[in-house]
Amino acid sequence: MVTASAMLAQAGFAGGHQVQATPSFGSERTGAPVVAYTRFSDAPIRTREPIIVPDAVIIQDPTLLRSINPFQGMAQDGWAVVNTRESPDEVREGSPDAPSAKGHLATVPADDIVREYLGRPIPSCALLGAFAALTGSIKLDAVADAINRKFKGKVASGNIKSAEVAFQWVKDHAGHEDIGAPNGIEHVAADLPSEEEMPAPIIGTPEVVNA
Amino acid sequence: MPELLEGSQSVARAVAMCRPDVVCAYPISPQTHIVEALAGMVRTGKLKHCDYINVESEYAAMSVSIGASAAGGRVYTATASQGLLYMTEAIYNASGLGLPIVMTVANRALGGPINIWNDQSDSLSQRDSGWLQLFAADNQEALDLHILAYRVAEELSVPVMVCMDGFVLTHASDVVEMPTQEQVDKFLPPFTPRQALSIEHPGSIGMMAGPEIFTETKYLAHRTMLSARGVIEKASSEFEAQFGRVAGQLVRPYGDTRADDAEHRPAQSDEIVVVAMGSVLGTLQAVLPVLRAEGINIQLLGIGSYRPFPNQRLVQAVGEAKRVVVIDRAIQLGIGGVLSDDVQRALGSKPVTVDSVVAGLGGRPITEASLEDVLRRAAKGELEDLTFMDLNQEVVGEAA
Amino acid sequence: MVKVNIPFMQTGTLVVGNRLLDKEDRTVQAWRDRPSSLTHGHRACQGCAEALAARWVLDTAMDATGGKLMVANATGCLEVFSTLYPESAWKIPWIHSLFANSASVATGIAAVNHARGRDDIRVIAQGGDGGTADIGLACLSGMFERNDDVLYVCYDNQGYMNTGAQRSSATPPATRTATTPAVGRDPGAPFGQGKSVPKIAMAHEIPYVATASVADIRDLERKVRTAMSHHGARYLHVLVTCPLGWGTKSCDSIKMARLAVRCGLFPLFEAEYGEVTDVTPIRDRVPVEEYLKPQRRFAHLFGPHGDEVALERIRQMAERNIRQYNLLGEEVAA
Repeated sequence: MVTASAMLAQAGFAGGHQVQATPSFGSERTGAPVVAYTRFSDAPIRTREPIIVPDAVIIQDPTLLRSINPFQGMAQDGWAVVNTRESPDEVREGSPDAPSAKGHLATVPADDIVREYLGRPIPSCALLGAFAALTGSIKLDAVADAINRKFKGKVASGNIKSAEVAFQWVKDHAGHEDIGAPNGIEHVAADLPSEEEMPAPIIGTPEVVNA
Repeated sequence: MPELLEGSQSVARAVAMCRPDVVCAYPISPQTHIVEALAGMVRTGKLKHCDYINVESEYAAMSVSIGASAAGGRVYTATASQGLLYMTEAIYNASGLGLPIVMTVANRALGGPINIWNDQSDSLSQRDSGWLQLFAADNQEALDLHILAYRVAEELSVPVMVCMDGFVLTHASDVVEMPTQEQVDKFLPPFTPRQALSIEHPGSIGMMAGPEIFTETKYLAHRTMLSARGVIEKASSEFEAQFGRVAGQLVRPYGDTRADDAEHRPAQSDEIVVVAMGSVLGTLQAVLPVLRAEGINIQLLGIGSYRPFPNQRLVQAVGEAKRVVVIDRAIQLGIGGVLSDDVQRALGSKPVTVDSVVAGLGGRPITEASLEDVLRRAAKGELEDLTFMDLNQEVVGEAA
Repeated sequence: MVKVNIPFMQTGTLVVGNRLLDKEDRTVQAWRDRPSSLTHGHRACQGCAEALAARWVLDTAMDATGGKLMVANATGCLEVFSTLYPESAWKIPWIHSLFANSASVATGIAAVNHARGRDDIRVIAQGGDGGTADIGLACLSGMFERNDDVLYVCYDNQGYMNTGAQRSSATPPATRTATTPAVGRDPGAPFGQGKSVPKIAMAHEIPYVATASVADIRDLERKVRTAMSHHGARYLHVLVTCPLGWGTKSCDSIKMARLAVRCGLFPLFEAEYGEVTDVTPIRDRVPVEEYLKPQRRFAHLFGPHGDEVALERIRQMAERNIRQYNLLGEEVAA
């Protein structure tokens, strides 16, 4: 998750944006809800506040939709990618805050894709490919480049393939005639439990999850 | 060439470019990524002629650093929070022995209750330890300050803490400009210790000092600390000449753009001056244009050197302003903000009101909206002497 | 220096005049040009066996390393009496940092020497039993487990003598100290408490562990030489009499340290990688009373209001040591 946020920033950086990526800093263990933030801007980014009003969210674990509202604070014409086999409208049914604007919500069965092309249940890179297809704010090439900086060998090629397949999936399935680069995307958050619903501090060994 | 790097990675690379002989640390969040990276560089041979020592505690980390520095080595360690407290005895010893160790403090709250998130109570609790404390506002400064810190430490023969907000900076990926090894080598010559254990010239280090000499020892240490301001400023201007970037200003004025910073003028009597330290300076920079657009005359000053505290530079920069608002990421219980105390003392002779705003304790996010709100109130003179930003009145049982 | 059972018995002990030995078998202390690492002018009490032992250990190590030696000293008597600014009794590169950290400071020194390719410069850390067994144990254990190239020497006088003779975890049972007064039902330090740092050191399976007594300079010097012939973490535990803390005559310091060995309460042994490799057998065993009775810290065990129960427990401790280390050199049943 944290890695995905940094790779997203890397892809944005490659695209000429000013970027900043910040994990939310938790003592949660593997499997707990985790949120990481990425900012793109064309001006220098100075602020250090966590993203409260995201322009876009990437939801890696669809079970979060049932426990929290990861779309909180978003505009109806915000952008969202959800890792699920459901259709965008099925997602909207259970999540009234999900972007209602046509073509702004993409669903992609990223788990299935990475199972096939990566062989491990880590859908981050596939979702970045889907995000590139949905918003155009990052290029698929830049995603591949970010993956190559982070991983090597089979893991890199599997992730790149997954990203490509997810990219194509969104292009093919969403029927988003109005997909295109949104102007002025500044905030992208991923896998976002709302602040109020962040897990209570765990009293124990102080360590952070290194995704 | 600009690169996107996690704060910890860029600091680790900068430290490696300083060519330390010994790196010794005990893991504690949020310092871990820095020392992991350095351990990796030693193992792979990217950092040559360097020993990385895995120790059993922060107390040992500082003690190994003391031994290594006393033997004439350039030494690096890093810690945070409880770890800093655990090594406190050795921290005072390192400065007392005049050992130019450089240590990153990934600023984090002090328990209990245990809390792993950012505030600045840890290093501020060591303000009288005889260490210099340089504070980074962003990750570029964080990496630059490490290079500067060795230069200053070795010139003064005094240890330096480079303080960077834990997680907020250490774990954030930002675009930074890494220096070249050549540049660093030019700026930072090999370490020539003022005193060291030597088989050619045996001497005793760390002898007992009796009442007839102890006051003088402390007086000299005090004088060194006073002279540190000039040494930092000189190193800072040389740094700028070498690297083309500003690092190590005692007090940093922030204009609307980086270019404005240089043309800073002392504040006018109708201006409010905001003083802060660390990463909140970034968020404040985002907030100020909003307030200025509302007609609030406001200036922002960053404290780059907490120890030595830049009394004179602060007085100059505050100019004729009648109101100063200090954003403090630490608290002295029963007293108020820590930094605001230093600011108040520095401005003692001026007719100025100092509002202390305690914010962002234990990782509470400091939002632009809250800063805007508190500064609007300050402009109207509505702040009390001490304000707890975003305090949940219901939890503390003081709901209206 | 080889280990030899010297046949001369000038005073009924192992002491022998150096003049009767081959030159290379003489102790460093017999040399006209001995290094005098800890030289005269320091402020130790009369009869301080710690001062003697430190000088003997370091002079031997200086010889063994060709003068390439650096020393980290814990806070304690040894540090206090040897340095008071602007005077120092040390003629070697010497550093004192804190009470608990001498092992770590030594690690740091060794690390720099290693990083700079100067592994020929050797490092000794030293402290008293409080700085070793109690407050400094964590740093010591860390140095051991990392197998850092440091010899740690503990000068064990069985209590916090620097602060006025309080109990440490190396204080033997029944000892009267300032914090275990000889009053109440079980006077003195409790039985069933305390620890053996040599055994703790052995549990780290470091290259070399040895115990020594200030009463046997040849044995002590040989063990220092053996220690310096190894690399990695090494530990030497030296029993040193403290006339002030033990309540003994200044002139009896060597005698007391010898009696501690002869009665079986302080076994002399060497161990490599966790296994005992050699034991110094007791010659001319004495009852524990002969060792205990001259010490005021054990006075409450004797006389009309004496403590026969405690004495018997101490006898049993000596018996256990003798059995465990085979100190009488008896044939061990297969």
